[in-house]
Amino acid sequence: MKSFIKIVSAALITALFAGNVFAGKVILEGSTTVLPIAQRAAEEYMDANLSADITVRGGGSGVGINSLISGTCDIANSSREIKDSEIQAAASKGKSPKAFVIAMDGIAVIVNPKNPVSALSKKQISDIYTGKITNWSQAGGNDEKIVVISRDSASGTFESFSELALNKQKVISSALMQASNQTIATTVSNTKGAIGYVGIGYVSDSVKSVPIDGVTANKINVLKGVYPYSRPLYMYSNGEPSGEVKKFIDFLISSDGQAIVEQEGFIPVK
Amino acid sequence: MRNYKEKIIQILLTSLAFASLFFLIGIVFILVKESIPIISEINFLEFLFGKEWYPSRQPPQLGIFPLITASLLVTAGALSICIPLGVGAALYINELAGIKQKKILKPLIEILAGIPSIVYGFFGMLIAAPFIQKIFNIPTGLCALTASVMLGIMAIPTVTSISEDALSSVPKSFKEASYALGANRIQTLFKVIIPAAASGISTSIILGASRIVGETMTVLMVSGGAAVVAKSFFVPVRPMTSTIAAEMGEAAVGSPHYHALFAIGLILFLITLIFNAGAEHISKKYRIKLGLGR
Repeated sequence: MKSFIKIVSAALITALFAGNVFAGKVILEGSTTVLPIAQRAAEEYMDANLSADITVRGGGSGVGINSLISGTCDIANSSREIKDSEIQAAASKGKSPKAFVIAMDGIAVIVNPKNPVSALSKKQISDIYTGKITNWSQAGGNDEKIVVISRDSASGTFESFSELALNKQKVISSALMQASNQTIATTVSNTKGAIGYVGIGYVSDSVKSVPIDGVTANKINVLKGVYPYSRPLYMYSNGEPSGEVKKFIDFLISSDGQAIVEQEGFIPVK
Repeated sequence: MRNYKEKIIQILLTSLAFASLFFLIGIVFILVKESIPIISEINFLEFLFGKEWYPSRQPPQLGIFPLITASLLVTAGALSICIPLGVGAALYINELAGIKQKKILKPLIEILAGIPSIVYGFFGMLIAAPFIQKIFNIPTGLCALTASVMLGIMAIPTVTSISEDALSSVPKSFKEASYALGANRIQTLFKVIIPAAASGISTSIILGASRIVGETMTVLMVSGGAAVVAKSFFVPVRPMTSTIAAEMGEAAVGSPHYHALFAIGLILFLITLIFNAGAEHISKKYRIKLGLGR
């Protein structure tokens, strides 16, 4: 066992040094919401900078930040702000995460296109998700059971929604938990009484996006700050970024990078 | 020189054989080590029988009773689908099918086992779930029943293949003796062949069950994922495997949630261990009974 640990740690140390030797290597990890942006940006960046080697991994915001703290990634993608507990954990390992807002995202509330309900209030959304309202007739719709669909608690979208929409109350335990934005959209489009929430980029014709308190989930309303369920998307670097990490983040914030953000269905910050 | 070569090969093979033992010990060691802290973090009875699973709240509520019942419910449902279909197919292949049919059917059924579980998940989510929702007129098709159906289909090849092997290893003399006594085909089948192959068939069912309990991707996609104690097959459930798969990524290392997920893994491991040990025990017995082994 001891020699095994030795071998593993030797391999890890080698990997660490190797990472420093090839200065062009950058690893991004974290939020699946940020993933499509990071992926496209990495591809375009590598096309323009042949020496760069950028790896993008998913896993969820928490995973990304944990990796940044433990030093296994250079940039943590996150769809939520870093938590105090994570800042403390980082400090104890000598890391100081620095935030960059790379895009804005709005969380749209979606229902089945056959559902006659075309407007909901913040209060109604919170009541539906906490189980105080269980039938669409209580929200101005048909006499039909509400099928509440939520993201798994691993997702940044879940944490943002639970903060923005539910004031951190418990989601009703009978809610269906889905692993991705796409499966939520699919389930809502297949299920007559369903309600779900997805990033604005995932709203399509097969589902109906419901205005909240009269405000439609669209880019203009998110940028104006009037849409209630909107949030910034972050990349965290360890300390002031330098070298390839800095160049990559600069690229994302540039107009070329922000064009990618827009193409992927999110809202540019500039 | 030759002796030397043989020695090397022997050492090589021995170390390969013990490699898997090493992995097994490593996995069990980690599972137990990471599970144990949960005992001091929360009341163990509350962990096993608590009905509230809200792992990301502060403080987290970690009751896995809904997850255990979901796994048991889905397994029971899947068995009630794969036993008749799987054993029935084995009986047909062994007793009624001609040589040609047998040559085609058995490999075809075994192909079912080769379909990646994510494909079953897709199929269940996009086709089976809306269909089940429609025919039973329930709010959502992502429920225990859909998961049972998908897992039942996935376990058919295991059950059929092993059952058929058991049936075909019943000595021909048994059948001939039965016919000689004037029994007809049905009587021979139900009174002689099935009892003679019973332990092999039970083995196949237990192995099927252990595949069902451990299946992850398909249930993650089709079971709905609601952590409630299910009272019927028509509600969304959250089996143990899909809970680990969905939440391991987010659980902060060393937190009670993290240890709880390891403990769920340990429980799953113990369940399949018991199943596999049971299967092994029964199949040994059956070899002896037929006079085919020690």
